[in-house]
Amino acid sequence: MTAPAQLDRPEVEDVTTPDRPWVAIVWNDPVNLMSYVTHVLMELFGYPRAKAEAMMLDVHHKGRAAVSSGTRESVEHDVARLHAKGLWATLQQD
Amino acid sequence: MRFRRRRGRVSAELDAGEAQLLSALAGDLLVLLGDEPSADEDPLAALVGLTSAPRERPSDPALARLLPDAYADDPEAASEFRRFTEQDLRAGKRGNAGAVLAGLAPYLDRGGKVPLDRDEVDAWLGTLNDLRLVLATRLGVTEQTDLDPAPDDPQAQALLIYGWLGWLQESLLSCVDPRPGVQGGPR
Repeated sequence: MTAPAQLDRPEVEDVTTPDRPWVAIVWNDPVNLMSYVTHVLMELFGYPRAKAEAMMLDVHHKGRAAVSSGTRESVEHDVARLHAKGLWATLQQD
Repeated sequence: MRFRRRRGRVSAELDAGEAQLLSALAGDLLVLLGDEPSADEDPLAALVGLTSAPRERPSDPALARLLPDAYADDPEAASEFRRFTEQDLRAGKRGNAGAVLAGLAPYLDRGGKVPLDRDEVDAWLGTLNDLRLVLATRLGVTEQTDLDPAPDDPQAQALLIYGWLGWLQESLLSCVDPRPGVQGGPR
């Protein structure tokens, strides 16, 4: 005999707001070369050198920088590509 | 050892000892990243990336740095992301290290000039970076770490290799311009 399954009412938690875009964050680490981070941002996202360098300097001085934004799916793809390059990246909702 | 670009062609100039050291390090990286999935796994599951897919962050801190969590504050989302991406990430890094090993193989005895096409340059850049990440984690490198260690420092040799790899990576970067979009993959 099996006891009837307890049907828990699912907790509805609306934590994702569709309007807020997702962002890929690159975090500072003591290893990655500044020139390499700039190179990767130019290559992966097609940013001009000035924009990539400004983002790299934000990572270096502020500890982190948002490097791309969009739908959750597209930003997950960006984070996977950043990991492939060895950058320490995460995504979150802005 | 250094990288040079002449008439648009990049090459690594190295002696036998340098080729052997870099080759040994790339081999160690391959071991750390693990073997290819075994052939007897369910091919359909493997095709869709579900066979024994990892869900936990690696316990080895160096490996965890190579394969980091994608969500800082959401372990469930991080685990799910890992399940769908970690095997590709490992395969990409293994591919880079394998390309470095193959490129170095003919030069282990006498050294020489290793010609690198653009895809090989990217593989070398990636492997040099991965090796630095692993060594830095093992050594506990911080922004303040002195890369000119005292001779009696027990970590002296590893620190010197770490510094050498950084110099090599910088040297290689100075020989190439980014290729926007080429590495992007499908969006």
